[in-house]
Amino acid sequence: MRVMVFVKATERSEAGEMPSQDLLEQMTAFNEELVKAGVMLGGEGLHPSSKGVRVEVAGSGRKVIDGPFSETKELLAGYWLWQVKSMDEAIEWVKRMPNPTGEESVVEIRPVFEADDFGEELTPELRERERQLRAQTEGAA
Amino acid sequence: MASRDVNRTVEAVWRIESARLIAGIARVVRDVGLAEDLAQEALVAALEQWPESGVPDNPGAWLMATAKHRAIDRLRRAEVHQRKTEELASDAELRAPETGDLAAAVDDPFDDDLLRLIFTACHPVLSTDARVALTLRLLCGLTTSEIARAYLASESTVAQRIVRAKRTLSAARVPIEVPARGELRERLASVLEVIYLIFNEGYSPTAGERLIRTELMEEALRLGRILAELLPREAKVHGLVALMELQASRTRARISPSGGQVLLLDQDRGRWDWLLVGRGLRALERAYATGGPIGPYTLQASIAACHARARAAGDTDWERIVALYDGLAQLMPSPVVELNRAVAIGMAFGPQAALEIVEALREEPALDGYHLLPTVRADLLAKLGRPDEARAEFERASLLTANSRQRAALLERAAACASQR
Repeated sequence: MRVMVFVKATERSEAGEMPSQDLLEQMTAFNEELVKAGVMLGGEGLHPSSKGVRVEVAGSGRKVIDGPFSETKELLAGYWLWQVKSMDEAIEWVKRMPNPTGEESVVEIRPVFEADDFGEELTPELRERERQLRAQTEGAA
Repeated sequence: MASRDVNRTVEAVWRIESARLIAGIARVVRDVGLAEDLAQEALVAALEQWPESGVPDNPGAWLMATAKHRAIDRLRRAEVHQRKTEELASDAELRAPETGDLAAAVDDPFDDDLLRLIFTACHPVLSTDARVALTLRLLCGLTTSEIARAYLASESTVAQRIVRAKRTLSAARVPIEVPARGELRERLASVLEVIYLIFNEGYSPTAGERLIRTELMEEALRLGRILAELLPREAKVHGLVALMELQASRTRARISPSGGQVLLLDQDRGRWDWLLVGRGLRALERAYATGGPIGPYTLQASIAACHARARAAGDTDWERIVALYDGLAQLMPSPVVELNRAVAIGMAFGPQAALEIVEALREEPALDGYHLLPTVRADLLAKLGRPDEARAEFERASLLTANSRQRAALLERAAACASQR
């Protein structure tokens, strides 16, 4: 199974503070361990929300809101995509990672939908639309 | 922590640590079977102690220390020569002296241990079945029952196979080492073969109800990715990884909503896993970038990449695929490759040219009973407007496959031919 691992933002990550040299080294070592274990599929760090935008969707209305956003603990600072055997394996890996922000923070693990999970919900029409979307967004890979 | 939670934690730790644990102990006790027993004992100790004491901060190190203590106890009990015991007791600081020149290039001693274990589990002295079972057990950390389930075999059969394999390694006094440069090519071929066999049993199970066994594909991919990091300069490893990533990328599209098999050219390419396509293409670049010899896996990956790069089936560069199959046929002459080459020729230059090759293959004893020969022949005959012969061939093919889904698909095509008359 695949899991998405989200590193939540902190006051300092939101302030745009770069991680210390020491933390960067620890993170690099941890990432290497993930690659060596065949677990790592991808991942990136994110700029603070001051560089982000939100688009609020309400009916047919679309409203663009510039960052920063206030609810720091709900914001993201980075993510990984991992290939693991179980949620328990993902939890074990997260326990091993260095404290990503050097301060109190939260890491969230969410299983990625697999084709089987959709079951009957994904009708042929929905599949077709999903297909078109994928072709447009990822077809250039 | 509830003991159920601890059990799950122990299982996850085992998943992550077992291969390195067994590899590390094997270096000390110089016996893979004994190493696994000791690792299992450490696991049992963890299941007993952790619910009381809590999970240690470094569970891997805890397991390793426990297993090594037991190794020393055992050797003492067996009244092994005193000097030998001391030598083993101080092993924590001791680095193994004898390494192949390839191993010398590996920085991390743990990586070195892992490589040795891989080469030992895939040693040519073992039968293919034994190598596969031992690899899944020692390197993927699968239980006997998991392996049995994946291979639709009984647990006792798999357990026997593993016991016998360990015994064979001990009896043959197979040294636990990374082969030296001169022997490497052959030994690496054996490792890659095992990984690809595991992958293929997942991608195209030889028997049973299911068209795909995802768990086996994932184990093989994981092993391949691990090996690619351990031997980054070996072109063939990257070639195999590329091939597996690209084939795995089609998993979702290979199954129709009704559960039947969808052939490559009929697949909805939007349902391919583009993350895996990207990984496969990058692994292929790595294979070529090493400058090493291009092996059969790399060529097959190159063929898969031709398909991956085509936005639609009609855009496929069949002439390039024919050229790649020509190369593959030279490197690895086999009737199966020839059959595939015929398919590519059919697509590039028309069904008649392909049928001529296929007709010649009908005399080939190696393809006797192989369902894809009549399948391909049937397909070509259908394209040439010979539905009666095509139908008979599809029906013949359906009798030759043990996979019930494949059989159903072939009978469907036979019925379609009948309606064309």
